[in-house]
Amino acid sequence: MTITGTAVLLIYLILTPFIVCGFSGVDRVVTARMQGRKGPGLMQPWYDLVKLFSKETTSVNDIQKILVMAHCFFAIFSGAIFFAGGDILLVLFALTMAEVFLILAAYSANAAYSEIGAQRELIQMMAYEPITLLTAVGFYLSAGTFRVDELIQGDLPLIVKMPGFFIGFYYILIIKFRKSPFDLATSHHAHQEVIKGLTGDLSGPVYGFSELAELYEEMLMLGISGLFFITSNPLSFIWAFVAVIIILFSMSLIDNIFPRVKWEVLLTTAWIVTLFAGGGNLAVLGAVGK
Amino acid sequence: MRISKSPWLLHYDGSSCNGCDIEVLAATTPRFDVERFGIINTGNPRHADIFLCTGGVNSQNQDVVRQIYDQMPDPKVVLACGICACDGGIFKECYNILGGTDTVIPVDVYVPGCAVRPEALIDGVVKALKILDEKADKMKHGGYRSLTSAEYAEKLKEGENA
Ligand code: SF4
Repeated sequence: MTITGTAVLLIYLILTPFIVCGFSGVDRVVTARMQGRKGPGLMQPWYDLVKLFSKETTSVNDIQKILVMAHCFFAIFSGAIFFAGGDILLVLFALTMAEVFLILAAYSANAAYSEIGAQRELIQMMAYEPITLLTAVGFYLSAGTFRVDELIQGDLPLIVKMPGFFIGFYYILIIKFRKSPFDLATSHHAHQEVIKGLTGDLSGPVYGFSELAELYEEMLMLGISGLFFITSNPLSFIWAFVAVIIILFSMSLIDNIFPRVKWEVLLTTAWIVTLFAGGGNLAVLGAVGK
Repeated sequence: MRISKSPWLLHYDGSSCNGCDIEVLAATTPRFDVERFGIINTGNPRHADIFLCTGGVNSQNQDVVRQIYDQMPDPKVVLACGICACDGGIFKECYNILGGTDTVIPVDVYVPGCAVRPEALIDGVVKALKILDEKADKMKHGGYRSLTSAEYAEKLKEGENA
């Protein structure tokens, strides 16, 4: 690995919680302003995270702790592969693995709400997995490689060749950032809805680890969105950064315009978007490729 | 960093007439924006730091109150909101009412009023936050642990016998 590669990896490992907490702090303030409220301080997500780790460790069973730790490990690991310039397919599979551990942790609690939450999470995975895999295929078709460090060496940003994939990926980002639907397992809204479902039976530091994993996962998602914009030109990183900020802001906006989307709507629309945007793009790339 | 920067609330209606609940809910809705103090109205005892209980405890829900309390990880504080939660209030003499919240779990802050006034409620939460910080400090330095509801019942029994 090159020196820059190692540096990026280290920055990812060390700074992610701070960066993503910062983003979500801004997001919470922006959301509050959109709703005509003052909103919490910028540091609020950070306070929440630190608080969770200062609480007592209770757990409904021993296996749950291990599963949540595995979830956290794989979430960090998948991002690490990405930021080290590894294979994007491996990243996505490691990420799925992470999700599966969290779902198992929820099932292991053997509690009604955790179970509903876990089921909804599975449904949600069904909604977003197709397009994530298709996007990886799209990367391959447009750049001839699955490796992230080679994907960023193109002359043109990848979005030029894969606008459809980007639309599809953007659509599922809203799910990945736990924005919509509001009744999904760990949505940031409506904490009363199935009392947080998936993470409903995690508490204290164990819950903290699942939150930490979420931060790393969000960083990875931001990374993949940035990947659409990066070229061999170093200046393109600035563009990618601006694009990521715009994506984040537009997500808050969409979330506030459609605050009550339910998971049934999400599942059908995600597939329609996948089929038309992703599938259409795939067909064009396939045809042009030949 | 102090734990009081991120207090998550759990609101439970014991046998309240709903008067106090309306006050509590009104104070925690976006209109008054408690989120600016980092407060989140969570519905989950496992995530909560402050237990807001309204209304007295009756013979049917006493186990529920105990369970909610026991599921909350330390440090935690209990707020009895309204005179019913403090000692049974006007329902005190009813055949099914055991009394205030403190008949089954230890209460840290009593907020009187029928219904509880928003000012009193906010004052109560501010007091609760101080206690929460103290408990967190004690936990860090001396391995403090709150009584479980079973231990609390023992203690109450001892008090009666003495
Ligand atoms: S204190 Fe008054 S308002 Fe509150 S629950 Fe009791 S009777 Fe209702």
